[in-house]
Amino acid sequence: MSHDRILTFAFMEPPFESERTITFFRLLDAALDRDVGVRVFAYEGAVALAFAHQQPHGNAVHGRDSGEEAHPLTKDWIQALQEKAQARRIGFEWINCGLCVDERGVNDVIDGCGRGGPPDLWRYASEARNTLTIGTR
Amino acid sequence: MNVLQVIDQAYRTTTEEQDDTILWLTRSMRGAGGNLTVLLSGHAVHYAVLRRRQPALTLGQWRQTQPAELPRDIAELVASGVPVYAVQEDLEERGLGQLPLQGGVRPIARHALPGLYEQVDQVWQW
Repeated sequence: MSHDRILTFAFMEPPFESERTITFFRLLDAALDRDVGVRVFAYEGAVALAFAHQQPHGNAVHGRDSGEEAHPLTKDWIQALQEKAQARRIGFEWINCGLCVDERGVNDVIDGCGRGGPPDLWRYASEARNTLTIGTR
Repeated sequence: MNVLQVIDQAYRTTTEEQDDTILWLTRSMRGAGGNLTVLLSGHAVHYAVLRRRQPALTLGQWRQTQPAELPRDIAELVASGVPVYAVQEDLEERGLGQLPLQGGVRPIARHALPGLYEQVDQVWQW
């Protein structure tokens, strides 16, 4: 059964390399703003978005240490969206493609992000109002 | 629910993943009971006329042993009940219009695409 207030996203881009990643996260944020539940299937490089060992760094060119630079990390964005969804009492689910995780060695992910496979994407899509796929280019 | 998988990117990840990841995704979801259709468009129409396995990559002493086998993957997708289409004009623009299509792959004219899109519940553009 599909739910009008759920959107599914299938995303392939890794952290940092593509402007699509920012757009993807802004779309998730906008959905939550409208009290629409979000389900994400992270595929290929996107499984690294939730990698728990991402570390901020300073930037000598910017003249800032790590704390001052406050480098954006996608794991923090996911956590922020999880917290936003929880505060608004709407769903926010995230499943990484397990095989994609294994081949990249990014097994340690932040809390709230699970491991699965294509059947989960099919289930997510079947239960959502619609699905947006964002592949790499 | 029926989903149309539109594959426009050709040879994305085929060396390192040893398949096209969207064909793989489609086969996997089909195995989980999904109703799917595949449309090859743009450069991906080349998949429809492939006859050979991808050459193995060799780097120094490292040699790939299981390179992508896209003709097999498409044949098995068709055999599993997934209709596979290739855009006729995209084939012709690439000089592939006169080549025989893989068994089970159907050509489709651009003007017929709206009808194909109307047949499905969701369109996933990859």
